[in-house]
Amino acid sequence: MEPIQIILVIFVFFALSRAYLRYSEGKIKAAEFAFWIVIWVSAIAAALSPKIVGFFSNLIGIGRPADLIIYIAIILLFYLVFRSYVMIDEIDQKMTKIVRELAIGRQKKK
Amino acid sequence: MGRNRFDNNRGINNIMKIFIIIPAHNEEKSIGPVLDNLKKCGYNDIVVVNDFSKDNTEKIARQKGVVVLNHIINRGQGASLATGNEYALRNGADIIVHFDADGQMMVEDILAMIKPIIEKKADITLGSRFIGKKSNVPKFKMFTLMLGKIFLRTFYRVRLTDSQCGFRAMSKKAAETIEIKQDKMEHASEILVEIFKKRLKYKEIPVTIKYTEYSKEHTHHGRFHLWSGIKIAFKMMIKRLMQ
Repeated sequence: MEPIQIILVIFVFFALSRAYLRYSEGKIKAAEFAFWIVIWVSAIAAALSPKIVGFFSNLIGIGRPADLIIYIAIILLFYLVFRSYVMIDEIDQKMTKIVRELAIGRQKKK
Repeated sequence: MGRNRFDNNRGINNIMKIFIIIPAHNEEKSIGPVLDNLKKCGYNDIVVVNDFSKDNTEKIARQKGVVVLNHIINRGQGASLATGNEYALRNGADIIVHFDADGQMMVEDILAMIKPIIEKKADITLGSRFIGKKSNVPKFKMFTLMLGKIFLRTFYRVRLTDSQCGFRAMSKKAAETIEIKQDKMEHASEILVEIFKKRLKYKEIPVTIKYTEYSKEHTHHGRFHLWSGIKIAFKMMIKRLMQ
C-alpha cells in the first residue's frame, strides 16, 4: 500500500465521521447520510484499487486514471466558483436594497 | 408649451418637478460650490446621496439645505444614483437629472439637457463631450473612451458618441423603466444598454466637462481609466452569461 492511499483513507474516514456526527445530531437526514456513505465509500474503493478509476478513464478515453480525477475536480471547482460568484452578486444586490431603503427611510423621519 | 417657458429655469420649476441627483463620496472640497450653483439657477429639489463619505460631505450638504440620503456603507456610484432615482420617484419627480459632485459639469448645461424631455422629444438625454461644445478631455482618456465605445457597439449595439458621460436627464417614465442594478461604475454602460433594450427615445446633448486638477487627481472616477474599463467590460460579459 502506498503512503498516499493511507492518507486518502484517513481523510475519507475523517469526512465520514463528520457525516455520522451530523446524522447523530439529527442535522442531516438518513437519506443524506446514505448519500455521503456512497460517495466516500466509492472514494475509498478508488483509493485502494486504482483499477476502478482506470476502468472509467479508459471508458471515456483518458489515458491516465489520475487525470480523470483531476479533470472532474477542476470542473467541479469551476462550477462552484461560478455559483458562488452568482450568489455573492445576489447578496450584493440585496445589501444595496437594504442600504437604499434605510437611506430613504431615515430621510423621511427628519 | 410655449418656447418662452424654457427661457429660465424658474418657469420650468413651476410646471415640472425636477430632481437633481448628486452621488457623493468624499467630495467635501467641491460639493459646496456645486450646490450653490444649482440653487442659484433655481433648482429646488436637490438630492445628495452621500455614499458613506468619511469627510464633511454630509455636513456641508446639510448646511446648504438640500436633501441628504445617507448610505450606511459604501455601495458605489451606480447604487447611489439608483437610491436618488427611487427617492425622486417616490416624491413625485417629473424629471430626474444626474449630476456630479466634483464640479466637472456645468449647471448651465442642465437646461439644454431637460428641454427635449419637457418637449417630449426624448425619454432620456445623455451628455456628450464629443459633439458641438469642447471639453478638454485628456488624450489617454480619449483612448480608453474609444475602446469603451467599440466594446459597447460590438457587443451591445449601443451607438453613441460618448458612452461614459455621467451627465444625464430622464423623464419619470425612463427612470421607472431603467433598472440600475450595477452598484459600481458599470452603471454608465448598463443604463445605455437598458435604453437600447427597452427602446427608450434618447438624445445626445453637447455638454462641457471641465477636467480640473482636482477632478483629475480624484481617481475614484475610475470609469475613465483603462484598467477599470477592462474590468467593467469583463464583468458585464460575465453578468450576461449568467442571466
